[in-house]
Amino acid sequence: MAKYVLRRILWLPFLLIAVSSITFTLGTYGPGDPVQVMMGAKYDPVVAARLREALGLDRPIMVQYTEYMWNAVQGDFGESLVFRGRSVSSLLVSKMWVSFQVNAAAMVVSLSVGLPLGFWIAHKQGTWLDPATITLSLLLMSVPIMVSIPLVLWGLCLKLHWVPCSGWGGILDARIIVPAITMGVPGVAGLARLMRASTLDVMGQDFVRTAHSKGIHPLSVDYRHILRNALIPIVTVLSFSLAGMLTTGFITERLLGIPGVGDFAIKSIFSRDYPVIMAFTLILSTAFVLANLLADITYSFIDPRIRLT
Amino acid sequence: MTGQDLTPYDRGHLHRAFLRLWRKKLAVVCISILTMIYVSGLAAPWISPYEYNYQDYTAIRESPSFKHWAGTDLKGRDVFSRVLWGIQNTVVITFVTMATGGLVIGVSMGLLSGYFGGRVDSIIMRVGEVFSSFPDILLVILLAATLRMRILEWVRWVEDNTFLDGIVKTGIADYLVVSLALVSFSWIGMARLVRGQVLSLKETQYVEAARATGASIGRILFVHLLPNAIGPIVVTVSMGMGALVGTEIILSWLGLGIQPPRPSLGTMLYEAGSLSALRVVPWMLLAPGLVAWSLVLCWNLLGDALNDVLNPRTR
Repeated sequence: MAKYVLRRILWLPFLLIAVSSITFTLGTYGPGDPVQVMMGAKYDPVVAARLREALGLDRPIMVQYTEYMWNAVQGDFGESLVFRGRSVSSLLVSKMWVSFQVNAAAMVVSLSVGLPLGFWIAHKQGTWLDPATITLSLLLMSVPIMVSIPLVLWGLCLKLHWVPCSGWGGILDARIIVPAITMGVPGVAGLARLMRASTLDVMGQDFVRTAHSKGIHPLSVDYRHILRNALIPIVTVLSFSLAGMLTTGFITERLLGIPGVGDFAIKSIFSRDYPVIMAFTLILSTAFVLANLLADITYSFIDPRIRLT
Repeated sequence: MTGQDLTPYDRGHLHRAFLRLWRKKLAVVCISILTMIYVSGLAAPWISPYEYNYQDYTAIRESPSFKHWAGTDLKGRDVFSRVLWGIQNTVVITFVTMATGGLVIGVSMGLLSGYFGGRVDSIIMRVGEVFSSFPDILLVILLAATLRMRILEWVRWVEDNTFLDGIVKTGIADYLVVSLALVSFSWIGMARLVRGQVLSLKETQYVEAARATGASIGRILFVHLLPNAIGPIVVTVSMGMGALVGTEIILSWLGLGIQPPRPSLGTMLYEAGSLSALRVVPWMLLAPGLVAWSLVLCWNLLGDALNDVLNPRTR
């Protein structure tokens, strides 16, 4: 197992080099010219050439890439082309903190409703409640986020005036309610389904029957034998939900005017601020790959039967 | 047991799976909803009551009525007609992507990788790993944003240098951009799945027998291996279509998909989702939202049902 983990970690740099060079090439060969973006309406060919030289944009792409990566490894992602004088890392860190808070709130909603719901519904197997809940959760899960947010806004904000419509004021502000609900509810459905399946799986195991026949109190069996084992698959899913959160994050942040990293990334792609795009892609891919690795390792710790090779 | 006893079961695995699917009410409902949406999308030029950019100045911002089934938007255009045309775009793009990315590239990469193993396998799988370590939506957005100008230039070049004219106007460049961006990540899942299937199937005795009798590699791959892996492939296609529809809508929502004036579900949802639009024309959200929702939902439900009937071992 140590060998497997080591191999995965050693493979990581190559993966990131590949990812970063693809992003870099796309950024360089894409349309528009970063210098044009920076100068806006005051475009002047002479100044543009000087600026290009100053920024090192006239050098061959390999040189630019190597220099960029060398700095990036040391934590310096360069300067934003649009927000002059601000370093990319300082910009990203503040935006990421906002997005993290939104995702955390959504995660709390998903977990606190989804897990108990799935566990409960597994005990109701065979009654009408089971298929009804599962179908309802599927129905809710499939509502695209760009439909559910306007619907919630229309109902809760425009008609009932219960919640503020948009903006951002931190995790303890009322404006967190709408994103937490709309991003959390699809997760509720997914988690409840998963929790139900895994609980049912554990409930059918021999050791649960043994525990029951030994006369252990049902609640104790529920907690000590079923719940703990049923939580195993949830760990992996949680780490994979990172990607899902990102997808919905782009849209949520844009629709609700939350100054998070998803909205920032989209804006940067449109304004061709590619130091920001590069940094964002690199950080995110690293996080993504590490999350998957961690999930695999955690998995094998919780369930020793799983062997990593 | 005589041969006659066997006749009802003679038609093979897929036929039986189909019969089992036919008995699932939910699956049948989903198939009919999907068929209805797709047919009406493809038939949009003939069945839509108005042109997609026809503006009715006497009926601006009108709520649903008999004249305009889903109301009209801020510019007096019929929402129902625009939804039909929007479906058409989604249908074309998702089918093209699934056929090229998922089926052709994904399946053949999986077959190659699983059957030959060794260096071929590691190259294909490593490339796949690189693509899958991009958060996929980000890759798609990056590609769509950077490819558009290049492809437009290329299409214009084709127009200038050949007798073909008016290609840019047909919006085919948009289709190309979005499909290319979606294909970039949609082959990986399929390739991994087929590879796994092939890895276990190629050790079976019938493949060994086929090889012993001198069957060509192509024959072993397409006659012996592929048909036996068809179950999981069908399930993946159905689930994948749901995801593709979702991603296509996200792309056009961000303004990276089909460009106006051609309508698309994503753009319509974008126009309808802003607070100012919600205040004045809330019904604009209804029709495109309902269609987007039923597309994603039905493909997922259908995938679930197909999984039940095609892979009975996992039930």
